[in-house]
Amino acid sequence: MRLDEQTRGDFPILERIVNGHPLVYLDSGASSQKPRAVIEAMNRYYERSHANVHRSIHTLGEEATELYEVARDAVQRFIGAASREEVVFTRGTTDGLGLIAETIGRTLAKGDEIVVTELEHHSNLIPWQLVARDRGASLKAIPVLADGTLDMAALDRLVTPRTRVVAFTHVSNVLGTITPVVEIVRRARAVNAISVVDGAQAAPHLRLDMSALECDFYVFSAHKMLGPTGIGVMYGRRAVLDSLEPGRGGSEMIKEVWIDRAQWNDLPWRFEPGTPPIAEAVGLTAAIEYLEKLGMERVAEHERALTRQTLEGLARIPGVTVYGPPVSVDRGAVVAFAVEGLHPHDVAALLDADGIAVRAGHHCAMPLMRRLGVVGTSRATFSVFNSPDEVSRLLTAVAGLRSAL
Amino acid sequence: MSASTPSAAGGVYSDVIRERWRKPRHRGEVAGANAVAEDVNPLCGDRVRMMLTVGADGRVEKAGFIGDSCAICTASADVVSDLVVGRSRAEAAALDVADVLNVLQSEIRPTRMRCVALPVSVLGQALNGAKRA
Repeated sequence: MRLDEQTRGDFPILERIVNGHPLVYLDSGASSQKPRAVIEAMNRYYERSHANVHRSIHTLGEEATELYEVARDAVQRFIGAASREEVVFTRGTTDGLGLIAETIGRTLAKGDEIVVTELEHHSNLIPWQLVARDRGASLKAIPVLADGTLDMAALDRLVTPRTRVVAFTHVSNVLGTITPVVEIVRRARAVNAISVVDGAQAAPHLRLDMSALECDFYVFSAHKMLGPTGIGVMYGRRAVLDSLEPGRGGSEMIKEVWIDRAQWNDLPWRFEPGTPPIAEAVGLTAAIEYLEKLGMERVAEHERALTRQTLEGLARIPGVTVYGPPVSVDRGAVVAFAVEGLHPHDVAALLDADGIAVRAGHHCAMPLMRRLGVVGTSRATFSVFNSPDEVSRLLTAVAGLRSAL
Repeated sequence: MSASTPSAAGGVYSDVIRERWRKPRHRGEVAGANAVAEDVNPLCGDRVRMMLTVGADGRVEKAGFIGDSCAICTASADVVSDLVVGRSRAEAAALDVADVLNVLQSEIRPTRMRCVALPVSVLGQALNGAKRA
């Protein structure tokens, strides 16, 4: 059975009729839909077990703590982290990247260098701009080549002994480009720089293994991988987390407090100030279990087939430009395209009239848009529940667009 | 389940928007413009530059726009240009989004209201001399 045939019934929202048409949801790259298992797990938690975690000495508090910490074990397993202490919960990818930038930022000095890439989402660019400005550090970017891949020849030149951080995406949220993580991480390590990987688009699509990627930090959101909004993961390599002061202060992250000083809590709680997103952690566990049951290899294979069908189909439509690596190169479940003579927002609005949800605009990657020479693009992204029929509906609709306005 | 057809656009955009998008009357540089401003819509990256020639009597003599923008924003910029010609500075500055919507005759969703509003905002900037480009 095809993956979508197996999963479609699990997503209540797919029963919706939008503008007179069955919903075709091709915007999981922005935020995926949720299977019933996730929704019900969160409801069950709120109806039966909710309390604050860690210091509530009563039955519900203990249940909530247990459920919250079980989520950490699920994430550790899902990403192949060496220990649960390496799994820190955040509010999402943006929050995680901001936390890392603030934390590492405190250790930077004038003249230090931060290297990013032209592929970056603003979430992995702006925090570094702020840090660079505050610390007098410089910010450099690995260029993107015409085929949507990184200019790896520039890597050795840009990463120097002054480089303290190399922050880059695993999968481009616009072009779908899969970056050579291990190669970049090794280059960073060679100069003792900390590597930070934005995994927002990779976590829902690829099987992750931190021990293979060897990066220092890996960050992603639950809501793009069938889980709830409001929670994300900051994986940090133990040795690196141990070496860093907490970036943010508050409850939970301390052991003992005096008026003028405090002793930090153990990992991972040292980096989790305040009441965490508990129900969201429960939902994340359910999402991970759902994906594990499907198997991430199978998920990747399904989404790869849909991506290929889309790329090949769009290439046959006159006046349509597709961005990113050629169809022969593996990429994430992301296809950005333009329709000649139409603005991306109009493309999205016209497709919406057919019940098809795509993203349109700069995708929070303005430097990349500038590199592509466009204001924005339209973007279709895929998840486990999307079907080849839905891709066909997209292709038919796109083919009719040029005469539509 | 039907494919997108030309009629689909009719449901999305009014005839006024479609016509102004296909054949804007005021798109292009305005030679000798003396009130100019440009701004972007942070939501989508759309960019509009409004150019006005204001005469010695304080009346707008010519108006035009250029930019990268969607159909709604382009139609709005075209309508704004239409409406300000012949107005005094103060009358032109008083133009608001409701005036533009009145001409566009289209149901605009909340997420697209900024597409209508951008040219109106840029007009204000041009007349105030703020952010002069």
